[in-house]
Amino acid sequence: MTREELQAALTELQSSLTFEEGGEWLNINAPAENFHELALKLRHTSGLDFDYLFCQTCVDWKTHLTMVYHLTSMTHRHNIVVKIKLDRNNPEVTTVCDIWRTAEFHEREVYELFGVNFLNHPDLRKLILPDDWIGYPLRKDYDDPVNMIKL
Amino acid sequence: MFEEVASTEQGDLVINIGPQHPATHGVLHLVITLNGETVKKVEPHLGYIHRSIEKMCESLSYRQFIYVTSRMDYLSSHINNHGCAMLVEKALQIEIPSRAQYIRVIMDELTRLASHQLWWGAMAMDIGALTPFFLAFREREMITDIMEETCGARLTMNYMVPGGIMYDIHPDFCKKVKEFIKHFRSKIDEYDELLTGNIIFQNRMKGIGILSKEDAISYGCSGPTARASGVSCDVRKIYPYEIYDQLKFDEVLATEGDSFARYQVRLVEMHQSMNIIEQLIDNIPEGEIQAKTKAVLKLPKGEFYTRIETARGEFGIYVVSEGGTTPYRIKFRSPGFSNLSALDHIVRGHKIGDMVAIMGTLDLVIPDIDR
Repeated sequence: MTREELQAALTELQSSLTFEEGGEWLNINAPAENFHELALKLRHTSGLDFDYLFCQTCVDWKTHLTMVYHLTSMTHRHNIVVKIKLDRNNPEVTTVCDIWRTAEFHEREVYELFGVNFLNHPDLRKLILPDDWIGYPLRKDYDDPVNMIKL
Repeated sequence: MFEEVASTEQGDLVINIGPQHPATHGVLHLVITLNGETVKKVEPHLGYIHRSIEKMCESLSYRQFIYVTSRMDYLSSHINNHGCAMLVEKALQIEIPSRAQYIRVIMDELTRLASHQLWWGAMAMDIGALTPFFLAFREREMITDIMEETCGARLTMNYMVPGGIMYDIHPDFCKKVKEFIKHFRSKIDEYDELLTGNIIFQNRMKGIGILSKEDAISYGCSGPTARASGVSCDVRKIYPYEIYDQLKFDEVLATEGDSFARYQVRLVEMHQSMNIIEQLIDNIPEGEIQAKTKAVLKLPKGEFYTRIETARGEFGIYVVSEGGTTPYRIKFRSPGFSNLSALDHIVRGHKIGDMVAIMGTLDLVIPDIDR
């Protein structure tokens, strides 16, 4: 599908979506509520079939956090980027690892590095950092005077 | 939905493999629940070589951050550098000279060959055959010598710069590459004779560690691991970069999804890489090796994503730029991280000895996973 067709099809799925101008692929802003439903629709609606989550990460904008999901369809070869704005003090979003299983590891990584809480995740533990680590290293206000080398 | 998390019953044994263990090829720590010799669950614990490269890159300029990626997947360091250089070129719309494009592709394919050779030796060593390791290193040495002559280093080449390549190739480069291809074409048949047709090897590989096509997609697998399950995911074919769209080569696919299919895909890929090099090596155009770029690079405000096919799969770079000289946020999507997440799924129910063989065919590089 082309960019315009994708935009039309996605508006039909959920009218509360907004779209960003520019960028290589279609950028979609979605609300955190009912994100799981939207994700299920993206995965299973015929014609869309976004079956491959190739990148999942988070960006700290100092005022809020944004979850970024890069999705592609292995059959139709079209890509979209879904973004979800989260409250920085209490970031919560439903897990998508029952839909795309690769998300299980990616969400554990985001959980420890950004402090995002993934609801219904089967095994939300630290993956990379030691269990007793305090703080979220990839947040912009994180400071570690001992281990961080300022360049 | 999720696989049921295997519970530990009486008589189960929980053992640790790693972080220091020859079979994990680096500092990977696996906690394995065993019932007798059967694996019930594998839990990877990561982070023993986590350097927080993503955080580090937030304070590095767009010329500097390229070279940190050599230290991630050190066997595909050239290709990682290439991906980062491509991202900067894409964002700044720099056209690179065709001589640089040709040399980049040749270097990428040489790197892929060297990486697959090391994998072949190390994987055979995992299942108990020591000879292949020495054979693979004998041929790999020739590639590292060629790299050393042109790039000045054997492992972390740091040869790519935004806009082209750092230096021109060594005068002997073409001659040596042609010699190597000729030599390796005969040696790869020796590899086949030694291992592929071996009945003991086949019994340990066929039907072991099956990854279905649906699971490969769901787990985000890429590279030879996914292609052995029938997933067409070669970035060089689907989203061609540089001059890959003008080259004749096949995307190697298999359907079985077992360890033997993963083994064969990589072996055939070596032939394909040699075909690619042969198409290019006599036709490298004369001319510039670098496009003119500003001394200080500033990416426009926005988000950029580039993907490139490394020896292990799709390597993605996601950069959020605020318009400054350093990235605001950078994320490396490493192929090994996603491939590792499928390990627990494909190992369950197999014997512990097979687990090591399956891990060998996944071709994990730990610094790539930890970043």
